Amino acid sequence: MNHDPFQWGRPSNETYGAYNHQIANAGVPDNTTHASLDAFPKMHTQQPIITGTSVIASKFNNGIIMAADNVGSYGSLLRFSNIERLIKVGSETVVGLSGDVSDMQQIERILDELETSEEVYDNDGGDYLRAANVHEYLSRVMYNRRSKMNPLWNSIIVGGFYRDRTPFLKYVDLVGVTYSSSTIATGFGSHLAIPLLRNLIPEDKDYVKVDEQQITKVVEDSMRVLFYRDARSGDKYSQVIIKLDEEGKVVFEFTKEVKVENQSWRFAKDIRGYGSSQQ
Amino acid sequence: MTSIGTGYDLSNSVFSPDGRNFQVEYAMKAVENGGTSIGIKCKDGVVLAVEKIINSKLLVPGKNKRIQTVDRHIGVVYSGLLPDGRHFVNRARDEAQSFKSIYKNSISVPHLMDRLGIYVQNYTCYNSVRPFGIVSIVGGIDDNGPHLYMIEPSGSCWGYSGAATGKGRQLAKSELEKLNYEELEIKEAVKLAAKIIHLAHEDNKDKDYELEISWVSKEFTKGRHEFVPDDLLEEAKKFAEEDDDEEEEEEEEGDEMQE
Repeated sequence: MNHDPFQWGRPSNETYGAYNHQIANAGVPDNTTHASLDAFPKMHTQQPIITGTSVIASKFNNGIIMAADNVGSYGSLLRFSNIERLIKVGSETVVGLSGDVSDMQQIERILDELETSEEVYDNDGGDYLRAANVHEYLSRVMYNRRSKMNPLWNSIIVGGFYRDRTPFLKYVDLVGVTYSSSTIATGFGSHLAIPLLRNLIPEDKDYVKVDEQQITKVVEDSMRVLFYRDARSGDKYSQVIIKLDEEGKVVFEFTKEVKVENQSWRFAKDIRGYGSSQQ
Repeated sequence: MTSIGTGYDLSNSVFSPDGRNFQVEYAMKAVENGGTSIGIKCKDGVVLAVEKIINSKLLVPGKNKRIQTVDRHIGVVYSGLLPDGRHFVNRARDEAQSFKSIYKNSISVPHLMDRLGIYVQNYTCYNSVRPFGIVSIVGGIDDNGPHLYMIEPSGSCWGYSGAATGKGRQLAKSELEKLNYEELEIKEAVKLAAKIIHLAHEDNKDKDYELEISWVSKEFTKGRHEFVPDDLLEEAKKFAEEDDDEEEEEEEEGDEMQE
């Protein structure tokens, strides 16, 4: 092993031949000095490391529903199976995050600070944090970071209520793009879950015709389909339902460790390259 | 007062020959005229209460809160110059926030008090500033249970079981000394706080007051610092005024007897 500070830990050239710096595009050349290291452009996040897969969410007649599984993947390795990706912010807002888990944790802290300054410090009972405020704040954070060429590597869905108590659902991602829709999903979910959700809610305005039971069923189906076909997903997920009760008060239901039930893997044997390799 | 005319009271950071800092002592005078604040530490939480003197009928009832929250689990109440108190709370919030941004954990109450003690003490060391015109009572719950502290303009900061400051402090202190802090439960403490503030108000009877009570408890507020709910506040007020009626009746009876 080479013990020169600039070469530390590299296989020695005598034994293995010179290292080809082309391999790593940000490699440190042999003639490196401290000065030339300083001159090297600063590097920022260029890919996520530990990742969470899809978040799916939808409005229904008197609230919103959101679900995300508990897997943290390291590339294709199922590294963690206990990652909570739905965060409650304030009293009636949920934030669901997919993408890099460490960036998600950073966003969790940012949101905690926001909650402290807007809710905890306010003791005169002023207006409180709503989903729209949280979403706008996050979109500024995300856009600001992408403008510094140092994005937080996440796709985020924010769900809750508008001031007039109509359901709120909006998306923001690592480049600062935002949009709202009655059904939103990130990652693989936007390919696999959105068609199922849109079967129930074909157009944005149609969410008013759908009740909690119907949408819960479709979310359950979507999570199953995602577990079947998304190799980075898990069979355990968290689900949040925020709705209004008969008196118009907000009810926040956070259900953890929901299992993907009624699985059937019979289809697998008919698909080449899926599951068993006996073919 | 011995300090007047000697010149030793004109500046911070200057001792008198007998070792006193008069500016700090004057700051205490500012506190002694403020509405009474108290804090009670019981076995399962902390209660803060303040006698909020109503200076004008035009003030909106129930607004202009005096008790403030520093972090989810810590509350502050103070007597003295209110703007100084606001500044003190802002600093406390900054300290709590900066601790969290470094260690990703909530600050413990003793650690926060350490930092605030240092901050307040700094205002006694330079002649370009004046000391804080407040005595503040800080209470909260952390991993080591409930804590209650009181900070004075000198920067000295002690832990207490029961603390009182402001105009009615003497009376409040003598009442607080009667309590058994090992056995006291927080719901009882809320009522007692109301009673003590009520008694302490005797000194200041010409002015109306509004009662503000907050608490931190594992059981009732999940370790958060919050104002007590309205029904409990009403119950406490009723409890505080109970004996009053009896006394008044007795007095009336006495009057009748004389007649």
